[in-house]
Amino acid sequence: MTSILQTNATPKPEARSVLDKAGAFIDRVRNHSEEALSYLGGLTDLAVQTIQQFVRGPVDREVVIAQFDQIGVRSISIVAITSLFIGMVLALQTAYSLSDFGGSLFIGKVVSLSLVRELAPVLMALMVGGRVGAGIAAELGTMKVTEQIDALRALATNPVRKLVVPRVLATTVMMPMLTLLACFIGILGGLIIAVGSLHLSSNFYIRSVIETVKYNDLASGVGKTFFFGFAIGLIACFNGLSTTGGADGVGRSTTATVVTASITVLIMDFFLTKLFLFLL
Amino acid sequence: MTDTTIVADRRAEARQTPDRRTHVRDLFVEFRGVNKAYGSKQVLRGADLKVYRGEVLVILGGSGSGKSVTLRHMLGLEAPDTGRVIVEDEDITDHPEEELYRVRKKFGMLFQSGALFDSMTVFENVAFPLREHAEMSEDEIARAVREKLELVNLPNTEHLMPVDLSGGMRKRVGLARSIVLDPKMILYDEPTTGLDPITAHKINELIIDLQSKLNVTSVVVTHDIQSAFSVGDRIAFLNKGVFEWVGTMEEARDSDHPVLREFLKASAVTAAQPTH
Repeated sequence: MTSILQTNATPKPEARSVLDKAGAFIDRVRNHSEEALSYLGGLTDLAVQTIQQFVRGPVDREVVIAQFDQIGVRSISIVAITSLFIGMVLALQTAYSLSDFGGSLFIGKVVSLSLVRELAPVLMALMVGGRVGAGIAAELGTMKVTEQIDALRALATNPVRKLVVPRVLATTVMMPMLTLLACFIGILGGLIIAVGSLHLSSNFYIRSVIETVKYNDLASGVGKTFFFGFAIGLIACFNGLSTTGGADGVGRSTTATVVTASITVLIMDFFLTKLFLFLL
Repeated sequence: MTDTTIVADRRAEARQTPDRRTHVRDLFVEFRGVNKAYGSKQVLRGADLKVYRGEVLVILGGSGSGKSVTLRHMLGLEAPDTGRVIVEDEDITDHPEEELYRVRKKFGMLFQSGALFDSMTVFENVAFPLREHAEMSEDEIARAVREKLELVNLPNTEHLMPVDLSGGMRKRVGLARSIVLDPKMILYDEPTTGLDPITAHKINELIIDLQSKLNVTSVVVTHDIQSAFSVGDRIAFLNKGVFEWVGTMEEARDSDHPVLREFLKASAVTAAQPTH
């Protein structure tokens, strides 16, 4: 029997030259770039098809309402809990970090402005995007691997019109509404801390919120979420429809959706913030 | 007399009817040198095939030989890398997806798993194509759905969800859905795979019944020899991406094609194995 301590009789492969390594590296980079470009191309194509199918219609009203319920109404609890605690934490942190400058007086301003302009849109997009995006990708992915998408096509029905349009429409419309709700509940969270813990008057807090938040803050914050919603819906549908393999493939699509949607939201946020600062 | 013999006899009887013989040379679908590869795997290699109106053509072949891919090309669910696919004298090879929807209305397809829409009841599944393409009132839709469910021997199942159905029932609902728009051609992808022999026999009977009642053209993809000989008029034997042998059932029995002979022999041996 060959001992594991014995030298392996198989000759070692020749050491690869620096040129070989560089070549392999370039090949890898090229493959990844091709994959990324192909993904972007597929996503753009789906976006164009989705808009075309929406414009051409007809959109199935019952399916759209069901998606509004699934994507919007059923996200209310997660949005409410998240935004309430974000608002409370923000109030506490503001009071602590600005204590030397009489921070508690600025709580209404800081909480409302942070929530409306940035925190509510981005955090809700991440939270809802995770929940809804994963759900859409898993549902469409399962339909793909069980031949239900092929069955739709075989029955002369366009899967983009039937499946993608209602979902993307629902994420695009519901995301701003959920964000508005998150702003309201977050500000309420700040009020709870301001009144309960920092002993400010509720009138003072509410007046400072109303005086601080302007129309352009709301337009900038909520305006971004239309784009977030569209992107989340589109990425989830694309990943779901691109699923291959079985349960394993569905799992991969779901994970990829959460990761891609989150990164996309954060990158888009930067550019949209710049855009809205320029426009408003 | 066994059930299988009865089915085979009914099929043989059907083959003799004058109606079927007069229509048998009218071409419905034709493959001309179809090549298809997935990545590095070449599935179809210059496949040539002719399906005549009114016949039941059985595509026979081992697992992974490209049988289902052939069906998908007929529907335009896949496009060939090279070669042409002709449906009723119309070359559909380069048709865009939107144009293929018109062609697909000529077909009904039974998928291997049934491919029922999970979120819909049996009724909604069968009514789906009518709601999409037929301008019918809800009453007319309900009547058509009930009629098709009775045709596949599944009355009073409208309210059930796909998850409540057995494998055989799922396939029958899938079949009802595929024939609800009265297609000219029905494609069956492994209709008896995964079913117990009694249910498989019922599905074979159903295929024959539908063939005589609906007067359609059928293509049945299978590797089940019993099923093939029960329902088919002709066999197309697919091996390594090429239709290596095409002929009638009788010719298949006497064929000297080595792989087909081996295939038939192995299947006969398997079928004759005593069950424990």
